[in-house]
Amino acid sequence: MSATDIAVPVAKGPGGGRSSKNQGRRGNQARAWRWLPIAPATVLLLLFLAGPIAYCAYIAFTDMQLTGQAEASFVGFDNFTKAFGDENFRNSVILTLVFTLISSILGQNTLGLVLASLMARSTKTIRSATGAVVISAWVLPEIVAGFLLYTFFSKEGTLNEILAWLHLPSQNWLFTLPIIAVSFANVWRGTAFSMLVYSAALSEIPKEVTESAEVDGAGSWQRLWHITLPMIRRSIGTNLMLNTLQTLSVFGLIWAMTRGGPGNRSQTLPIFMYDQAFNKSLIGYGTAVALLLLVVGALFSVVYLRLMREEV
Amino acid sequence: MAAISGTPGTTKAAAGAAPRRRPVRPGSSLTRATKQRLAADLGLLVVMGAFVLPLVWLIFASVDTDPSMKVAPPSSLTLDNFSRVLTDEITFTPMINSLLLCGSATLMTVTAASLAAYPLSRYKARFSRPYLLTILFSTCLPITAVMVPVYGLFVQVNLIDTMHGTSFFLATSQLPFAVWLMKNFMDGVPVALEEAAWTDGASWFQALTKVILPLMGPGFAVVTVYSFIQMWGNFFVPFMLLISPEQLPASVSIFTFFGNLGSIAFGELAAFSILYSTPVLLLYILIAKRLGGGFTLGGAVKG
Repeated sequence: MSATDIAVPVAKGPGGGRSSKNQGRRGNQARAWRWLPIAPATVLLLLFLAGPIAYCAYIAFTDMQLTGQAEASFVGFDNFTKAFGDENFRNSVILTLVFTLISSILGQNTLGLVLASLMARSTKTIRSATGAVVISAWVLPEIVAGFLLYTFFSKEGTLNEILAWLHLPSQNWLFTLPIIAVSFANVWRGTAFSMLVYSAALSEIPKEVTESAEVDGAGSWQRLWHITLPMIRRSIGTNLMLNTLQTLSVFGLIWAMTRGGPGNRSQTLPIFMYDQAFNKSLIGYGTAVALLLLVVGALFSVVYLRLMREEV
Repeated sequence: MAAISGTPGTTKAAAGAAPRRRPVRPGSSLTRATKQRLAADLGLLVVMGAFVLPLVWLIFASVDTDPSMKVAPPSSLTLDNFSRVLTDEITFTPMINSLLLCGSATLMTVTAASLAAYPLSRYKARFSRPYLLTILFSTCLPITAVMVPVYGLFVQVNLIDTMHGTSFFLATSQLPFAVWLMKNFMDGVPVALEEAAWTDGASWFQALTKVILPLMGPGFAVVTVYSFIQMWGNFFVPFMLLISPEQLPASVSIFTFFGNLGSIAFGELAAFSILYSTPVLLLYILIAKRLGGGFTLGGAVKG
């Protein structure tokens, strides 16, 4: 914060001293020139991010196919009407909601908060060991994580071995409950982020506040509900938003574990989009689904920006 | 005597709420604190146990002569899995491809981001706030969703199946976050230090490279390493944009030998996974000290 306060009054820069003497056009030019360094980043972003998004918005309204027909024709909202009437699309929307709810909102977010608050009270060695394990799961490349959890949930995998040891019924998780399996895989992979965010947030709560609540006789649930949660509510909002956005675009993890199958029972929107565009060769239709995904992502981003407003 | 008679009541209270507890009794509050700590330790151990199993499997399977899909100590230790995958075709070519792809993309990201961060951090203009908001907005966009149109565009401009095209896209996908981080780190370098350089007649570029970047060294390292880790693990972008087998990076090549074979050689796959994951784990440890504590990532996730 203080750095920005200092930076503002000295907004003249290296050329500033000179240009302030001979004002007018030369000053303006100097001021324009010093913005030149943002050019490379801006060009890259326009070419490789804004370009594809604009192109996406265009193809979504055409019947373009992968087979390379001479030219794609404009079909208006056909792709979207088709999507809403398509049972497979609705299936994907529901699966995406289930995936997001279980893995991001319930799983990563809650488990991250639980881990962070346990860590605040635990012995140092156990804290560091847990942190190292949870963070390793997060740093591992997505496809390796997918492969590890594929073996974990598979019929002859570790989970069934543990269930057998506990005399509980085992089953072929990737076949019977594929969406639950991939959701838990995403919890395994993504909890570290929430844990780190909440650890930081909890460490910023002044000790006196919790202590005085304790003196006043507040139990641990009361303290959690009336003090801790309200004090970290901005972190909760930010974290939920980032988790959800991240979860919406998970592809590699699910692709490695189930490829969207069996059938389409773990086919979330990104997998559905890929399947339509490349396996079914319907680029126009796949892109329309991609555009819907982008719009949902954009809405979440706007909410996130509102949460972050004070930072810019 | 009073202290002793007070103890049972406190212990009971520790289990539920603590309605009449006096915080001034050191003896009783110690037991309570210890109990809490033990409970927290137990909870963490349970979660850690669940999280560590897949990782333990990875390590065991990589040195097992005949690994199964469940966690089990190796029947007999061997390094054969490693020596079998350490060939040009399986390991070295994909790893070098990954390095070229992610290295060049990281270089582009970091260069473009530090250049852009300089005016954004130092000067004030009417468009700098909207520009930063747009950057922050694009950090959140699901990149997965643009991959189909990117594929279409790359086919049309002949960038499909080229390393440079793919690394341009990878660089751009990390750029918004890199600019955002870099700008926040740069805000932390006092302008006073630059002024001395300006007085000596340094240009903005000299001020940036000789004064600011060295001063924000750790922050600069965080941005570089973080971008690199993200790209190294990225599967979908090279999966979509690269086709020729000899150009595939490790993230995609691992999948070809995992996905297409009827019987998967788990030992070799585990060995390859370890070789492929080690660089990013090491790099993460390198920046963990910086990220830890606050993990604000330069204000990206402040609460």
